[in-house]
Amino acid sequence: MTKSEVNNHYDVIVIGGGITGAGTARDCAMRGLKVLLVERFDYSTGATGRNHGLMHSGARYAVTDHESAKECIRENMTLRKIARHCVEETDGLFITLPEDDLGFQATFVQKCTEAGIRAEVIDPKQAIALEPSVNPDLIGAVRVPDASIDPFRLTMANVLDAQLHGAEALVYHEVIDILIEQGRVIGVKLRNNHNGEERTVYAQVTINAAGIWGSLIAQMAGVKINMFPAKGSLLIFGHRVNHMVINRCRKPANADILVPDDAVCVIGTTSVRVPIETCDDLRVTPEEVEELLAEGMKLAPSLGSTRILRGYAGVRPLVASDDDPSGRSISRGIVTLDHETRDGLAGFLTITGGKMMTYRLMAEEVTDLACKKLGVTKACETADKPLPGSEPQTPPNRKYSFSQRASYGRHGTLDWAVNRGDNTNDALVCECEGVSVGEVKYAIEKLHVYNLINLRRRTRVGMGTCQGELCACRAAGVMCDREQGAQKSIDDLAGFMNERWKGMQPVAWGDTLAEAQLTATIYQGLLGIDTMTKERRKEYYEI
Amino acid sequence: MANETQVQSLSANNFEQCLKCSICTVYCPVSAVTPSYPGPKQAGPDGERYRLKNKEFFNEALKLCLNCKRCEVACPSNVHIGDIIQAARIKYSTHSPSLRDRMLANTDFVGTMASPFAPIANPVLKLKPVKAILHGVMAIDKHRTFPDYSRVKFESWFKKHAQASQDQYAKHVSYFHGCYANYNYPKLGQDLVKVLNAVGYGVHLLEKEKCCGVALIANGMPNQARRQGEVNMRSMRKAIAQGHPIVTTSSTCTFTMRDEYEHLLGIDNHDVRDSISLATRFLYQLIERGEIQLAFRDDYHKRVAYHSACHMERMGWVPFSTRLLRMIPGVDFVMLDSQCCGISGTYGFKKENYERSQAIGSTLFQNIAEENPDCVATDCETCKWQIEMSTGVPVENPISIIADALDVEETKKLNC
Repeated sequence: MTKSEVNNHYDVIVIGGGITGAGTARDCAMRGLKVLLVERFDYSTGATGRNHGLMHSGARYAVTDHESAKECIRENMTLRKIARHCVEETDGLFITLPEDDLGFQATFVQKCTEAGIRAEVIDPKQAIALEPSVNPDLIGAVRVPDASIDPFRLTMANVLDAQLHGAEALVYHEVIDILIEQGRVIGVKLRNNHNGEERTVYAQVTINAAGIWGSLIAQMAGVKINMFPAKGSLLIFGHRVNHMVINRCRKPANADILVPDDAVCVIGTTSVRVPIETCDDLRVTPEEVEELLAEGMKLAPSLGSTRILRGYAGVRPLVASDDDPSGRSISRGIVTLDHETRDGLAGFLTITGGKMMTYRLMAEEVTDLACKKLGVTKACETADKPLPGSEPQTPPNRKYSFSQRASYGRHGTLDWAVNRGDNTNDALVCECEGVSVGEVKYAIEKLHVYNLINLRRRTRVGMGTCQGELCACRAAGVMCDREQGAQKSIDDLAGFMNERWKGMQPVAWGDTLAEAQLTATIYQGLLGIDTMTKERRKEYYEI
Repeated sequence: MANETQVQSLSANNFEQCLKCSICTVYCPVSAVTPSYPGPKQAGPDGERYRLKNKEFFNEALKLCLNCKRCEVACPSNVHIGDIIQAARIKYSTHSPSLRDRMLANTDFVGTMASPFAPIANPVLKLKPVKAILHGVMAIDKHRTFPDYSRVKFESWFKKHAQASQDQYAKHVSYFHGCYANYNYPKLGQDLVKVLNAVGYGVHLLEKEKCCGVALIANGMPNQARRQGEVNMRSMRKAIAQGHPIVTTSSTCTFTMRDEYEHLLGIDNHDVRDSISLATRFLYQLIERGEIQLAFRDDYHKRVAYHSACHMERMGWVPFSTRLLRMIPGVDFVMLDSQCCGISGTYGFKKENYERSQAIGSTLFQNIAEENPDCVATDCETCKWQIEMSTGVPVENPISIIADALDVEETKKLNC
């Protein structure tokens, strides 16, 4: 074999840069395997980046799904240890409103206790004192160890740790074919989505961790997985209305969870079956906005007078049980498929179902299986070793500025690698979220940033009140200085602003509409960006 | 529809109505000279979002805010930026006020103590060694001189010389004189009595008057400010019940009692607020309604440059004072560009703020020097100290200028 061929051979290829894929790559790498992680776009573009950011205690599933509840509380406690910098220990309330059955509370508490979830019935008055935003009409409240978690950070930390353990990771590399030889998957064909170049990589085991798109990957390999994409829409509010997670104490329904995330809060979700073809471009409908708001106001009435920043939607990768091809019996539990025993196709595993909460457990299960096939016996260590950023070190004793504190919150101990202390690096790119030039540079260098949307996922640039109005052009300027040319930056900037508008459009009234109008005036009227993109210039010169 | 559910977006001090246009930062006098200050937008609405997440995001740099409220004047979205910053300081600051801050803030107490000893205190406070001690030990800047204390308080003068004659008038007002007129410059109060008596109004003291509390708020003593505010509101309610409007001569006291009481101290002043008026506004409105007339001396000639105090801008009351001054035939009126003088009450007295304070005011001082007026007029006493110290040009309250220019006998005839 030539050298380049050696470099094309891995023990394991993991397909999918969501939290499951990132966690699996980490686990495999920690067991000493040679790992390649491939993602067709950016990390956490699918369901990972489009959920509540809720670290379930498991209470939500306690009554309907004992197994999931047990998994949740176990992982909940684990993530507090290993992903300290991604978690905010807020606790949660399950409230009973006058229209709900207070009798459900006793069953709920009993089932929580059975699953090992601390569930403490508290007086409604005490609940209001703990969480002043809660609907004051509540007639019952239970306190549980829910928390808030940042999925973007969590995914990135897993990727970074995988890399520290020798894994390679390729973003913007899409699997366009699965290579099969003599009933065995031997590798995949990749296309670089930036430049169209194709290449082939080989591995003894290929793990399909592509979420809802996993059914398409399976299709490429000639096997069938019954998946049912369920769209869930959410709304982000301009600031934190609540400091604890607020849930309804009843059987899970639409729009009954309000989560404080970073400087915002998020209400969700709806649940609608959608065709898989639509999963790459989901839209939040007016009916969904209305339902989210109406139900959300029952949890915290002040949502009715709080600015909504944007709406977004994700897809749950629901999997039908294998023995029920109709899809009626759907599990939210973890589904690990060994296609050798299931379909007679060796070297191919699928990990799906589950929840962001249980990603580590999912990774452990599928890695155990891969190790068994590869004859590796090293035990899983992912539950004990902290992720990069969450090492148990105390921060250096120094005075924190607003942006330093915000950055430390985002990157944990990794923040120490951000350059500070001079006017250039300390200048703010994003004022709403306190992102400095130094932090942007750090993200570009270390966190796989190729465009502004990547940068947003790593740093929160453009996620604040102004939704990119002030920061996007500054960030584009820093990006342009670092590597890419002006035209690419302009196109990137135009794309970023359109992506921001996509989320604002469903809630474009009041302050959000005024904000969007000011943004449009700056970017179109003042900067003329819509006439400067590559496509528009081409049109112009052709005329 | 959902957008009909959300008819109104509400947030504390409208912080969420901020569209991030940053106009406030452009108008911030501190940002202009102190690049390390986060600026009103960052310290105000931006910071508030994060402080709501975690109080650790509070930054002591917020104390650099002058509370001039020029950001609020500039804001097109009616965000109470200055209030957000002051409220955050009240709510989150963990620093307790130093002895210096307590002394500067307790204008009432210090004034009461100093007045009887005015003949000694005034020259002593001007001595270089005393200033050096104040500078070194108390961190009160050596360039500053405390305004002279008057030996006789305005209240004492009023009770002795004026009170008895006030009942003869048909109409009446109650006068909130404030600390400056009482302890330092009784002439201002005397001038007001002169003008109001001339137009047929009797002047009365409030049953009980306390310092408005502006310096207490600025120096981190909101509880004491609230107690004093409640006393003032009680006294004013009584005066209003007797049919007396409340008249003042200090723009900052007025602004504090009308707006800051409610926004920062949570004092319910809704029934009192509209009855509190600066004397120039009170007079101008009476003239406009044709209820009174002023007559001025022929031999009065002065080139007067008007400086818009920050809180006058915030209240939108500058035109009342300037139009009144322009009515005086002998006044050669000059309008100075509206900008902060940099003193901001006790702020500029602090050693750590002196240079910033002077840098903020420098273009104003230059503007005054170029115009070369006989005196500068302004409605704020601390602006007066700053401008007099920095330019050498005497500064008068518009009421004093009117009192000087007034033909008392002629005015009395016009209004009898």
